[in-house]
Amino acid sequence: MSVIEARFSAREGKLTGAVEMIHGAGGRATAELIRTLFRRHLDNPLLAQGNDQAAFPVAAGRMVMTTDAHVIAPLFFPGGDIGSLAVHGTINDVAMAGARPLYLSAAFVLEEGFPLADLDRIVASMAQASGAAGVPIVTGDTKVVEKGKGDGVFITTTGIGIVPDGVEISGDRALPGDMVLLSGSIGDHGIAVLSKRENLTFETEILSDSAALHTLVADMVGAVPGIRVLRDPTRGGLGATLNEIAQQSGVGIHLDEAAIPIKPDVSAACELLGLDPLYIANEGKLIAIAPPEKAQLLLAVMRAHPLARDAAIIGEVKHDPHAFVQMRTRFGGNRMVDWLAGDPLPRIC
Amino acid sequence: MKFVDEFRDEALAKGLAAAIAREANPARRYSIMEFCGGHTHAIFRYGVQDLMPENVGFVHGPGCPVCVLPIGRIDNALELAEEHGVILCSYGDMLRVPASKRRSLLKAKAEGADVRMVYSVDDALRIARDNPGREVLFFAIGFETTTPPTAVALRIARAEGLKNFSVFCNHVLTPAALNHLLTAAAVDVDAFIGPSHVSSVIGSRPYEYFTETFRRPVVIAGFEPLDVMQAALMAIRQLNAGHAEVENQYIRVVTREGNLKARAIVDEVFERRESFEWRGLGAVPDSALTIREAYAAFDAEKRFSIVTRSAPDAKSCECAEILRGAKKPVDCKLFGKGCTPDSPVGSCMVSSEGACAAYWTYGRFRREAA
Amino acid sequence: MCLAIPAEIVSVNDAAETAVVALGPVRKEISIALIENAKPGEFVLVHVGYALHKVSPDEAARTIAMMREAGLDAEIAEFGEAAR
Repeated sequence: MSVIEARFSAREGKLTGAVEMIHGAGGRATAELIRTLFRRHLDNPLLAQGNDQAAFPVAAGRMVMTTDAHVIAPLFFPGGDIGSLAVHGTINDVAMAGARPLYLSAAFVLEEGFPLADLDRIVASMAQASGAAGVPIVTGDTKVVEKGKGDGVFITTTGIGIVPDGVEISGDRALPGDMVLLSGSIGDHGIAVLSKRENLTFETEILSDSAALHTLVADMVGAVPGIRVLRDPTRGGLGATLNEIAQQSGVGIHLDEAAIPIKPDVSAACELLGLDPLYIANEGKLIAIAPPEKAQLLLAVMRAHPLARDAAIIGEVKHDPHAFVQMRTRFGGNRMVDWLAGDPLPRIC
Repeated sequence: MKFVDEFRDEALAKGLAAAIAREANPARRYSIMEFCGGHTHAIFRYGVQDLMPENVGFVHGPGCPVCVLPIGRIDNALELAEEHGVILCSYGDMLRVPASKRRSLLKAKAEGADVRMVYSVDDALRIARDNPGREVLFFAIGFETTTPPTAVALRIARAEGLKNFSVFCNHVLTPAALNHLLTAAAVDVDAFIGPSHVSSVIGSRPYEYFTETFRRPVVIAGFEPLDVMQAALMAIRQLNAGHAEVENQYIRVVTREGNLKARAIVDEVFERRESFEWRGLGAVPDSALTIREAYAAFDAEKRFSIVTRSAPDAKSCECAEILRGAKKPVDCKLFGKGCTPDSPVGSCMVSSEGACAAYWTYGRFRREAA
Repeated sequence: MCLAIPAEIVSVNDAAETAVVALGPVRKEISIALIENAKPGEFVLVHVGYALHKVSPDEAARTIAMMREAGLDAEIAEFGEAAR
């Protein structure tokens, strides 16, 4: 099929056809794809200039930059898709420095044969997510790989942002005595995605929590500029993320299992598959570590934001040369919360 | 969740802890082996040991099917996946277990073998139906719980006349292993916490011979932390009274006869092997199942003429001793050094209910913080 | 070994020997080929997609009652000793 056929059909309201090698060759077909698909959805003045880069003025002060490669199966899942995920994930990585995100870039690696209608859905979803967040995608790139050399679509997004004066947030700043806060229930994203894997199908109403957290962070940083650590517990879940922070800061962390919010769907699915919700991915939650005297204020600010209504204080930073993360169980005992070994595979035993 | 949450109740745990502390005689030690990895997992995950008095200790037994499978059988599976080009299906637990030369099914998959994780043997059947041009092999592992589903799948495969489906049978039997532990391995424990879900199928009767012969109490228990504590209390009471009986704590699921329908289906499809090698225990007579002649067409061992070679464990690996309860994970030189859940040397470090992995993941701080 | 979890039967397909079970808000189709006379409302123990056995609500209640009793006995004994 030629590129001419692979175009937006006003009557059908969607694109037909599939990605071809020629779409990545840099010629007229590439330009056509950019025009009929990417620019139609992601339109903004910087992108519209049609350059290979975006030029814009910057403020004085500290800037942050982050980049994130997105691969996920399935591409569409309850509560989101790879497009919205790519936008939210990168905005969140910028925001976890306490920064206000400004701009995003997006690079697509498309597999030959990938339906253009699906690509259209993904780009529309990116546009929706970036529009809602107020963070435009100002430059991008597309490459096509031969069939069998990709998994439909991979998206790499880069983001930049500005850190407000007086804010210094970093994973190595947690101190003994600090409190650990969590913005809401864990495991929603990972379980929503797992529920759609071909070999695991189970029915649940659970939706991915994929969301842009920068407005929540802005409220938090505004109220408590002295927040020491912010991080979004994505891949590896709460357990792995807290271990990273403990290592970086050289401290121990003690959690209270009863305080950690988990939705009934997530705990039930985890029981069924033999998984531990502590290691299930999240895409719209954050961990904050703050000085103890600011913890209640921070909690109140978080709970006032729609994305953190279920926020809770879940633990405390302790002096510990081993940098262990431990948890007092609901049952009254203690356990380690270790790094996750490998992928969380469903268990039979 | 009904029948789950109420068996994880903190207030009841405190009461049971007080009862155990009261009834355990401070003048003696109580060494209780939980046979099943499910109990090991519960003990560590919920911190049950913290609620026990000093003189009541758990010894972790060999009841983890992934841990007891000898390296030679995993080598067989790798060979099937790599040299015969089959679609090899197995449970998630099995994929990371190290075989010879620290290879594993996951590594074989990374190198191009078609290895698929399934949640149920039914998924393997479905894959066979969907891929009529490919040989689909189910790498069957597990105790008496996982065996009946494999038996059902074999019946379905025969009824449907599925030509491209076969089973590499590694199902093993619990009572034979328990028996072997006390005769050949001569473990030094006072009482056993018996299998929960295995017993739901085989019933409590098979353990009666065992208590009569070896004079040690066996308390069949559920896998929730309160079940483990109540079973410990029941074992302590028996030991204090000088009894050695089969007691059933898991009455909500286990009966004396077990699941007769499941047992009949298993009997129709499988028969006993004369002997099977267990990691840690060596060759154990009458301890495993093989596929009956009537289902020979679906037996991968016949279809692919599988020959199992005995392969040695890694040098210095103490899995064998640990599986017998003779050593603790921390007694192994490799524990936490060459061998961690990220890069396991021995099988006990792989399955999250293997004693080493459970100790590493949930219990390490006890030692290091001390 | 042998991860298994109690779930409630929601509906039964006798011809296919399958049932839909509910575990809290999660639903899953499982095989009931290994058990007899499965009925909606009953609880079964689910392992690798198969019901292995029914779960008895009466015996579960009895188990919890025994646990509670053991705790109470210990408390009463403690109290008695303290009073002495």
